[in-house]
Amino acid sequence: MSLKKIHDNQPDKFEFTKANLELADKILKKYPSDQKKSAVMPLLYLAQNQNENWIPLAAMKYIGKFLSMPYINVYEIATFYSMYNLAPVGKYFIQVCTTSPCALRGANKLVDICKEKISKNQNELSQNKLCSWTEVECLGACINAPMMQVNEDYYEDLDETNTKKILNSFLEDNPLKPGSYRNRKNSSPEKNQILTNGHKNA
Amino acid sequence: MPKIFINNNEIEFKEGMTVLQACELAGIEIPRFCYHERLSIAGNCRMCLVEMEKSAKPIASCAMPAAEGMKIKTNTKMVEKARKGVMEFLLVNHPLDCPVCDQGGECDLQDQSLYYGFDGSRFKENKRLVKDKYMGPLIKTQMTRCIHCTRCIRFATEVAGVSELGAVGRGEDMEITTYLEKSMTSELSGNVIDLCPVGALTSKPYAFEARPWELKKTESIDVMDAVGSNIRVDSYGWEVKRILPRLNNSINEEWISDKTRYACDGLLKQRLDKVYIRKENQLVEANWEEAIDLISSKINSTNPDKIAAHVGGLSSFETINSFKKLLDEINVRNYEFREKDFYVNPDQKMNYIFNSSIQGIEKSDFILLVGANPRHEATILNARIRKTYLKNKLPIFSIGNPGDLTYPYKIVGNKTDDIQQILNGKSEINSLLKKSKNPLIIIGESALELKSGKFILEGFKEFLHKNNFINENWNSFNVLTQNASTVGALDLNFFNKPNGTGNFFDKLNNHNFDLLYLVGSDELNFQKNNEFIIYQGTHGDRMAQIADVVLPSPAYTEQNGFFINLEGRLQKAYKATNPVGNAKEDWKIFNLILSKLKNKNLYTNYKDLIDDSLSKVRETKNLDLLPEIQTKKINLTSGNFHSEEVFIRAIDYYFSNPVARASKTMSDCRLEKNRNTESRKTG
Repeated sequence: MSLKKIHDNQPDKFEFTKANLELADKILKKYPSDQKKSAVMPLLYLAQNQNENWIPLAAMKYIGKFLSMPYINVYEIATFYSMYNLAPVGKYFIQVCTTSPCALRGANKLVDICKEKISKNQNELSQNKLCSWTEVECLGACINAPMMQVNEDYYEDLDETNTKKILNSFLEDNPLKPGSYRNRKNSSPEKNQILTNGHKNA
Repeated sequence: MPKIFINNNEIEFKEGMTVLQACELAGIEIPRFCYHERLSIAGNCRMCLVEMEKSAKPIASCAMPAAEGMKIKTNTKMVEKARKGVMEFLLVNHPLDCPVCDQGGECDLQDQSLYYGFDGSRFKENKRLVKDKYMGPLIKTQMTRCIHCTRCIRFATEVAGVSELGAVGRGEDMEITTYLEKSMTSELSGNVIDLCPVGALTSKPYAFEARPWELKKTESIDVMDAVGSNIRVDSYGWEVKRILPRLNNSINEEWISDKTRYACDGLLKQRLDKVYIRKENQLVEANWEEAIDLISSKINSTNPDKIAAHVGGLSSFETINSFKKLLDEINVRNYEFREKDFYVNPDQKMNYIFNSSIQGIEKSDFILLVGANPRHEATILNARIRKTYLKNKLPIFSIGNPGDLTYPYKIVGNKTDDIQQILNGKSEINSLLKKSKNPLIIIGESALELKSGKFILEGFKEFLHKNNFINENWNSFNVLTQNASTVGALDLNFFNKPNGTGNFFDKLNNHNFDLLYLVGSDELNFQKNNEFIIYQGTHGDRMAQIADVVLPSPAYTEQNGFFINLEGRLQKAYKATNPVGNAKEDWKIFNLILSKLKNKNLYTNYKDLIDDSLSKVRETKNLDLLPEIQTKKINLTSGNFHSEEVFIRAIDYYFSNPVARASKTMSDCRLEKNRNTESRKTG
């Protein structure tokens, strides 16, 4: 896991938009009124969505006040979980899974391509500022390894050629469609092979 | 009582204990880093592993509740191997810098690695390096040494009540920090240094000063406030190097305030070490004989009614007693210990002490603060209130606004009218008060300073008496005094009675006195006119500057002395180092003056002084015990009501006495505090 660094250029102010404020109130209602701080994780996620996929310090402070909890606790949570970004990420945020199954199926090649196409180090923006990439731990799609997550979509069953294609499409701001790149439907077998030997409920 | 088997011995334990506590009952020491009996259980250092029957893995004894019939083994091969493994992991990222680490010699990790450490390391990779954090002028950090026990975080959140420390990141990247590296805004922050089991948090002012085994350790009593925290004075030669807390469950548990801990460098600076006499508007060095001659001729030539005397907040009981005896000998009636004119009633001891006792706070179920800010006036007592709040979730009310007290409270009102309403049973809190079993009413000096001071004190006493809240089992009437000398001075009646010779403070400010004799008193708000001022004290502070004769005397770590704390508990402070320069003990100075004046001694020897002083302590003769307050007969009076605002006088916390004012550490703290308040104002 990469070290989470607080970004140097922080906005001074953060406030939820009107729509998000309504959402936040809805989230708050899920928890008992004396346990307001339980809502900190969904609210951080909300703030991340609102602020181009990263959480500025001002937002942590805002959420701390919003839930009347100490700032340090919000800060602890934001730095603990890997899916909260504390520095700006590209419009297309590419997360390459490098845990064992993906690594066995060649995830390191994907990483090399990212280094070549996007930026030398992870968590750096590409030259046109559209993309950034990072290595992550298992994303739970081992059956479709190797794979990467881009924003909220999974690109699966990749190899060098189609990874290059996909990355190029992001860099040109014209993304290809997500899913399996070996024409599988979700995690079902390739070419509609039947593995059950005719047993219906196997 | 349930039973547990520890190493095949049957031990009875109390319901709710952990396995670790049960092992301690059995007399077995369990190594630990994260567990601390006054903090919540974290269970993350894993050092306290023990073997439990029917469990395949060793268990963390600090986090496992003890249960009936459990079979625990602490001395097996498996336990030893497990602990050695834990220790090896802890040492993986711990630097081997004991020779340059200030914790060396009193380090838990060092001690325990003696038993569970390997002689060599199997770790060939690079050690983790963590950037040091800024935590204010008191705490020096060396975060690479941190083993993530989280004691400091738990202390800050639970005891100090400021959630400012936290662990950011996770796994190997976990770091302990304050939010954006601001200093801690607590008066108890120094205690994290004692809590830290390694050298990650050490004392900044004490950095590289001494090794623990070189220091002379003297168990003593703190005088920075009226709580009388138990301290240990560590000294090297004549220098007091540091002050540490001493365990006393009935007063300070094992915490002390930052002022207690860090004002000690003020004992080395700005000290009066010689006698000075003012000649041609300059203080010129002199010797004792000259000074005593001058003083006695002045006393002889001045009408006793024109002589006034004042003792400061750090003076011991003997000092006040011998001073009073001297003043009686020369017929001086104008003496005073108060710095501001607040109402006192020394008729019964109950009227000026904290009757519920500090430990008693934990039993209470209702607290009303009247013109008091316990956080600054008695920090340790405030920590006890917070502890009680966390335990009992009791309602806390205040009259007047004391600011952040580290626990929530509700302001009933800001005027004396609100007090009157409570006393008349018409306030909204009366029903709650009536229902409570052990209420606490804490009256601060600020409230007694008001014109209705007498009304407030006597009114509450009568009210509580009427409602049977002052009885043998529980006395809810409490006065929160601020200075270490206050209760002692009141025991001795060392103050100007209102019906006596007129108001001391009016006469002082109208310059009706010709001669002022100040003993360690620097807090008087007073402009010098033509008075001849004798200052006897420790520091070249406010009053020494305007004095005509300056007599050096020892500070609280340099002479034995009795102090009576705000609960009325008699405690003895012991001499840790020798006085500086030509300083003489206070009673010896009084002896010199009297022998010059009347050719006789106040006391022939130290034992005389002690015997005489102890005979004047009221209601108690026993060291370290609470006074026995009789509650059968309570004298009641009443005062006049004035409608006015209850204003809580702000204390310049880090600058409240001459020792603290001379301390560099305290002035750093004060600057930092002001900076923090400003930055909070701007956002």
